[in-house]
Amino acid sequence: MAEIESCFVFNASTKQSIFLCFQASNESLKMELLADVPLLPGEERVIDKDIIYICPFNGPVKGRVFITNYRLFFRSVDVDPAVTLNVPLGVISRVEKMGGASSRGENSYGLDITCKDMRNLRFALKQEGHSRRDIFDILFRYAFPLSHGLQLFAFLSQEKYQENGWTVYNPVQEFRRQGLPNDQWRITFLNNNYELCDTYPTILVVPYSASDEDLRKVATFRSRGRIPVLSWIHPENQAVITRCSQPLVGMSGKRNRDDERYLDIIRATNKMTSKLTIFDARPNVNAVANKATGGGYEGEDAYQNAELVFLDIHNIHVMRESLKKLKDIVYPNVEESHWLSSLESTHWLEHIKLVLSGAIQVADKISTGSSVVVHCSDGWDRTAQLTSLAMLMLDSYYRTFRGFQVLLEKEWISFGHKFASRIGHGDKNHADADRSPIFLQFIDCVWQMTKQFPTAFEFNERLLVAVLDHLYSCRFGTFLYNCESARDANEVKMKTVSLWSFINSDRASYINPFYTVEFVHVLYPVASMRHLELWVSYYIRWNPRIRQQQHSPMEQRYKELLALKEQYLRKLEELQLSDSTSHLSNSTAPSPSTPSQRVTHLQTPF
Amino acid sequence: MLSGGGGGSGGGGGGAGGGGGAGGGSGGGRSPKPSFVSYVTPEEINLTEKEISRKEKQPDLLQGEVIFCSASPIRKCTQDDFSQRGIFGSLFCTNFRISFISDETQLEEEEGQVFKNKLYGENDIPLTCVDNIYRGFDEKKKLITSGSVRNKYPSKIIIHCKDLRVFQFSLAFAKEEDAKKIFQGIVHHCLEPKSLKCIFAFSYSEKMTFSSENQTKLKTVMFDSMVDWAQEMKRTKGNCKLVSANADFNISTKLPQFFIVPLAVSEEDFTQFQGKGIPIWCWSHHSGCALFKTASLPLMQEDGCSQSYRTYMERMLNAVAQNHLYSVKTEELPETLPTIQDIQQSYNKFKQFFLVDNTTEFWMSDVKWFSSLENSGWLDIIRQCLTKAVEVVECLENENTNVLIMEEEGSDLCCVISSLVQVMLDPHFRTLEGFQSLVQKEWVAGGHHFLDRCNYLHKDKELQSPVFLLFLECVWQLLQQYAPAFQFSETYLTVLSDSVDVSVFSTFLFNSPHHRATTIQPVSLLAQKGPLNLPTVWDWSVQFNSAAQDFFTNPLYVEKSRQDKVPRKTFRPKHQRHQSLPSTAFKSSPKKSFFKDETDSLKKMLRVKRISRWLNPTDLTQSTTREFYEAWQRKPLDYHGLLLPCVDGPALRVWAQRYLRWLPEVQIFGGGAMTLEKKLVDLLAEVRELRGKLDWHCSVDFSHRGAAALAGSSVRLSSAFPFFVSRTWSFKPAIPSCLQKNLITGTFADKEDEDSECLGVI
Repeated sequence: MAEIESCFVFNASTKQSIFLCFQASNESLKMELLADVPLLPGEERVIDKDIIYICPFNGPVKGRVFITNYRLFFRSVDVDPAVTLNVPLGVISRVEKMGGASSRGENSYGLDITCKDMRNLRFALKQEGHSRRDIFDILFRYAFPLSHGLQLFAFLSQEKYQENGWTVYNPVQEFRRQGLPNDQWRITFLNNNYELCDTYPTILVVPYSASDEDLRKVATFRSRGRIPVLSWIHPENQAVITRCSQPLVGMSGKRNRDDERYLDIIRATNKMTSKLTIFDARPNVNAVANKATGGGYEGEDAYQNAELVFLDIHNIHVMRESLKKLKDIVYPNVEESHWLSSLESTHWLEHIKLVLSGAIQVADKISTGSSVVVHCSDGWDRTAQLTSLAMLMLDSYYRTFRGFQVLLEKEWISFGHKFASRIGHGDKNHADADRSPIFLQFIDCVWQMTKQFPTAFEFNERLLVAVLDHLYSCRFGTFLYNCESARDANEVKMKTVSLWSFINSDRASYINPFYTVEFVHVLYPVASMRHLELWVSYYIRWNPRIRQQQHSPMEQRYKELLALKEQYLRKLEELQLSDSTSHLSNSTAPSPSTPSQRVTHLQTPF
Repeated sequence: MLSGGGGGSGGGGGGAGGGGGAGGGSGGGRSPKPSFVSYVTPEEINLTEKEISRKEKQPDLLQGEVIFCSASPIRKCTQDDFSQRGIFGSLFCTNFRISFISDETQLEEEEGQVFKNKLYGENDIPLTCVDNIYRGFDEKKKLITSGSVRNKYPSKIIIHCKDLRVFQFSLAFAKEEDAKKIFQGIVHHCLEPKSLKCIFAFSYSEKMTFSSENQTKLKTVMFDSMVDWAQEMKRTKGNCKLVSANADFNISTKLPQFFIVPLAVSEEDFTQFQGKGIPIWCWSHHSGCALFKTASLPLMQEDGCSQSYRTYMERMLNAVAQNHLYSVKTEELPETLPTIQDIQQSYNKFKQFFLVDNTTEFWMSDVKWFSSLENSGWLDIIRQCLTKAVEVVECLENENTNVLIMEEEGSDLCCVISSLVQVMLDPHFRTLEGFQSLVQKEWVAGGHHFLDRCNYLHKDKELQSPVFLLFLECVWQLLQQYAPAFQFSETYLTVLSDSVDVSVFSTFLFNSPHHRATTIQPVSLLAQKGPLNLPTVWDWSVQFNSAAQDFFTNPLYVEKSRQDKVPRKTFRPKHQRHQSLPSTAFKSSPKKSFFKDETDSLKKMLRVKRISRWLNPTDLTQSTTREFYEAWQRKPLDYHGLLLPCVDGPALRVWAQRYLRWLPEVQIFGGGAMTLEKKLVDLLAEVRELRGKLDWHCSVDFSHRGAAALAGSSVRLSSAFPFFVSRTWSFKPAIPSCLQKNLITGTFADKEDEDSECLGVI
């Protein structure tokens, strides 16, 4: 099976198609075709119709649209090369009717679809006979199944992979890798039934000297019971990253001895730390404002052995608006006259800078031997960004192909980043104030790091794009639901396929050939606007004017040279072998297949 | 002896010394060698002892270099103002450079310094490389202009270099007499007007002989002989006339000795307007049409000679049109492109972003980086030049029309556009020697006023403008978009841009071939030798050893294989159509053009019709250029074929290597594009070695190991490699200090937070 897979070239050169994912299982031979794309196992056709796709780049294109329970597929007729669209329905955030039966003008009657992945789709239909009614209704039902009592496609999919992605992350194994438990930190199963905290995972690492009773008391003083627990421990200096939610200080400035003592215990686990650093991800004013709703931050008087640092990262609403502005200037057309000031006015890169510089400060504290506590309000958005980025800087394991998956599973999925609310899987309420591109922002930060350290990551940009695509697609169970307890209740691991099953079955596509194993150093990216770039190949990938390179020329050349090296080595081996067997002196005479002739196309510039 | 100012600043240094010491203590374990920290007050420094040690330390003088003055002890301040750390040493001013020699032994020099310039080191500033000098006091600085210097001298001087380095020297510790002398010396030699003969190149080359060996090895065509031009015409299959009548500059001092014109230009035409208006051939397209440039007289002057000039220009245009299919398009570059003053002003704003005096200033400017960048207009000027070049390429490639680009002198924007067009169209000019030949052809022989534009002699600031740098910037944009198409690397372009200001190379010293010829001759008469042999910049061995020169080649570049080399197409179907309708196009620039009237009369003469397409041209040219780009972009990319730049906002970028290499705040330690390139170069060297072994099993010279061996694995690369190799293995990250607090925009400012449901919890 692996052999069959390697025959397929992951083909994204068709500009509009992203998910030409070939299933190389035995069933593929008899698999039904949708126009020319095979349906996924479990995918079913629902409707198809003649339609006009109003392409923002090339104008209206006549063709046929196919809708299944998983995707919207469009293929043009009489255009060469064919224009295709292959959009998982999960990507759709909003479907609207465009124009009315009496609208004038060509192609003014149809559908307007807003997507979560930085594009909009518009289709026009014939004006007579309510021609859009059925397709609109079906699209609306299947794009938002949860609003219509239907199941997400992940639960209908029959895909099979040899790899089982659900085994990628095993919390105990991961903590063991970090050298835990040790004499200062213990693993607790106190949250086994999600009684301590319903948005935390079942397995937690807490200070050895804090009793279960202590933990329960602390939980009452932390928003949603999200108590400080260990995320990462430095293998040498034993400094730790712990994460939690805000303390419930409130307007009256309440104090809680247990919480104060608990933080001091965390500080004391590391003898080098005389002061524990608490990073509050929020801007100072927001932290203060939270007191009105019962939250707040650790006051200096109460927490004597701690210093509090605000990291000035804004909330989910600010980020959502920022991305909206970014979309306005890149889709469908890139803002031409004032590109740079427009880009600046979206503040998107500035937010990226703040998140990165926050994570740098966390990593810096840890590597100088101080333990830190990171929180924001609830500890599932900004906190997840900061801890995971800091861990990416500190621990080269998380920069490997597997390690990165573990990092996502651990800091994001298991610790309850509210994927369902932030993305709105299968939900029609596109204006929900809970939606926000926090995870996208994190992946963007990772991308910025891979740009600055092109040899430090084992995975490539394609992996990051694939993760984002399937963040929305609802084809895999990985990013569904808000927390582990909800995932357990819905039997996600039983009933759906993990994204990592899919990714790990095609490892070669996502590997960075330039990866160099380097264990020692902490990677500090430069969080200056001078180095931060807009991730063009993600945000502007639908624009055909932006040349998309499947493989960067650098990567292509490197792979060619690697192949050449192999070839030479083989040849050399043969020659040495023939040399040792027969001592014929005319070895200078080049044989017809002498390598220097075969590889003239690879002449080096010297 | 010490002035009050000096004592004050010394005290400041001492006071901050504690902080610096603490910093040094924590990082001391890692840094290979502690930097000198000024714990002591100036009085404590034993000056006599310093003086003795100074005697032994002098810069390694080049041939013909003499020291004008020197002072010690001088403290070179590091850019990090907070720690007030610095290195003590001596400051020299020679006829070539300002040189700072550290008192400390330079152990680290050898290691990692693979990319060493033989002419000047990291603490040397060639006099012509000095951009501005400031007097520093308190937290401020004030520009020093020539003539403003009296008897005073500042306790601190800040020097901004044209290669974007920033130096700060404290003069407060030196003897008053010495300090005054060195200050006045530096100001005098860097700011005051001087004569060309004072430029170091002349004293340097008197003592040196430069073999042309390296040049012949590189085969850079110099375009100073009949043969060179004839060869170039033959290479491009041009069918024009090679003119040698100006060999002694009898026709014009502005034209090169040899040049090429359309066949229809007659001998009499040369003399009529002192060479003005003669269409000079640049390059022939394989279809037969060609690119010409000309220095045209000022437009629309209603004076006496106007009529005769008009008929003359008509004849010239006619001659260009006759070159191929009776069609020509003219383009008045100044009408749509910025003036040289615009270019200078924009660059002045732009470069300020990189001449940063301290960390606070850096992070302050970081907040508004994108809009400041836009306000400088520099990227926009690059965009305009690239776009103009694409328009010209479209005429040549798509319409097979002759193109005549014009400008008053014909040696600024004409050079930029003509050479860009050739880089895009002709892969030969994307090789190292091809590119160097192109610079010789269009810029050196083409009479670009290098001396005036670089303002080495500090004479007319109005004439100063980084036009050549603008061209290199445009080439860099192409290089970063289509890296495998170029044989040379980014580092090569950066070094070339630096070399302009080294004042050793004949390439950049003159305003025209005539200027060069007349300058060189008298000198050599005095010296009773042959003509003065100034090195050209293309003799890279003057600056770099061969190992360092390996950084100039681009590991991504792959020569076109022989099988792929198909003979040039002689025609295409659409050209045939043209041939059957030879009189289709007589296109003039759509804008209000001087040539409008002329073209009308010419059209009558040639009986050509105006094409309706050109009736409403301004939008049309834009949209056709866009179409042209998009049509090209849809085709598979051929790195050995036509290249068109993408000029969309996100595609144009800042030349990070050139501009960010000296800024400590943006060094990516252990990262940067070079880490990638190094892996490729390593593998390339490995493959090459294997091939060597294969080609004949042994007996192959393995001496050439490529850049791989240079950057030994012990060196941790950074984004500034190879220009800057970090010594203080600082693991401290740069943490932005000035973050914009008022990011909150719109209505969500006060709406904290995702925990709006949090209300009910307690």
